[in-house]
Amino acid sequence: MHSIFLGFKEAFLLILNLDRELTGIIFLSFRVSGAALLIATAMGLPIGALLGLKRIPMKAMLISLSNTFMGLPPVVVGLFVYILLSRSGPLGFMGLLYTPSAMVIAQTILAFPIVVSLCHSAIVSVNPIIKQASMTLGATPFQSTITIIKEARYGIISGIVAAFGRVMAEVGAILIVGGNIAGYTRVMTTTIALETDKGNFELAIALGIILLMLSLIINAILHSIQRRAISGARRIDIK
Amino acid sequence: MNLSLSISSVSKSYNGKTVLKDCSYCFDSGGIYVLMGANGSGKSTFLRICALLEEPDRGEVNYLSGGSIIKKDISLRRRITLVLPGIGIFNTTVFNNVAYGLRIRGLKSGEIKDRVERVLDFVGLIHKRNQNALTLSSGEMQRLGIARAIVIEPEILFLDEPTASVDKENTEIIERIILDIKSGSQRSHKTFIITTHDMAQAERLADSILIMAEGRITRA
Repeated sequence: MHSIFLGFKEAFLLILNLDRELTGIIFLSFRVSGAALLIATAMGLPIGALLGLKRIPMKAMLISLSNTFMGLPPVVVGLFVYILLSRSGPLGFMGLLYTPSAMVIAQTILAFPIVVSLCHSAIVSVNPIIKQASMTLGATPFQSTITIIKEARYGIISGIVAAFGRVMAEVGAILIVGGNIAGYTRVMTTTIALETDKGNFELAIALGIILLMLSLIINAILHSIQRRAISGARRIDIK
Repeated sequence: MNLSLSISSVSKSYNGKTVLKDCSYCFDSGGIYVLMGANGSGKSTFLRICALLEEPDRGEVNYLSGGSIIKKDISLRRRITLVLPGIGIFNTTVFNNVAYGLRIRGLKSGEIKDRVERVLDFVGLIHKRNQNALTLSSGEMQRLGIARAIVIEPEILFLDEPTASVDKENTEIIERIILDIKSGSQRSHKTFIITTHDMAQAERLADSILIMAEGRITRA
């Protein structure tokens, strides 16, 4: 009990003193997860919109595939990316294994189906009359699509925030492909796992507190977005 | 050139139920046409087909200018507009809703501001310009729908049941707006095609009253 108390005390000191190792780990976590989220959104949003708005072959199968992949086990993704990037793998020549780039690839694969599925759900939930209204006002098909995406913005943002929460908290995949190299590929979650194993609780607790705060912030953002969307829908319902 | 609309032998069915059957009519440019008919008589379908939102199963919808048929492309669609019964309000401010049609036409922001404010003043919503449009009452939403349509200065304006589910006060305001637009645009030969259930309203507004029954249009 005493060691846990000491761990918390040291952890708060590390946070208050903006410990260099701690800030480096946090910065790298944000850099890797931010890049993964950016790539996943850039690819996932158009695909989610396409699935939501257009008639394409095998649409139902693609939607259920992306829904299934939302729950991809991170270690399986890690293993898959490891095989791809290992020296004997098809992309081994790129020399990306145990680099932040490999971590970005793994996290992108995890975030991508979440962005696709939640963007698709947000877009199909937009009232079809919005598309018709935009067309009656003279919108081209492309302008009409942009209008629908704008109307679905709260759902889309929720999807992106949820994907960010997922990749920030993920440990299995980046541990496998990043190797948890100090000062190079060590991020918050992998550090917590390592330091706990070593019995060094201070840094692990400090990072745990930061991750919890982050989770709290993400949930608060999601809650606020959902409240705004629900109040918008209620305003229509009560008319 | 004035825009007129010719409907020839248009038929439309949904799930085996015939809604329009060899329906034909020619709308000359200028004036208010009021289309009346019972519920389910096909008035809304007719308007949607006329506004190029739907394709008929058979028959032709042609827009004419100077005696020539106009190609049904985006430039024609931008000369006509339909205010849908559900309106389709965008989840943004009243101003942005009205500015939508002008922005997608690439107008400059100064001109957009002037035109939107003028129209909002005209329909009595200028004091609500920065309010989220979804917070408006049904009557105000209907006025917003009309504002959004008239700001783009269409040559043919279709209004599908503009006063359905609207209180008496807003009905009077909407009728006054329609008559004001008509009197202000007589020289430019703007055409209004309006559906309604209300015979008294049809008589107040119409230059021509049309009846839709059994999927066809007849003049009253």
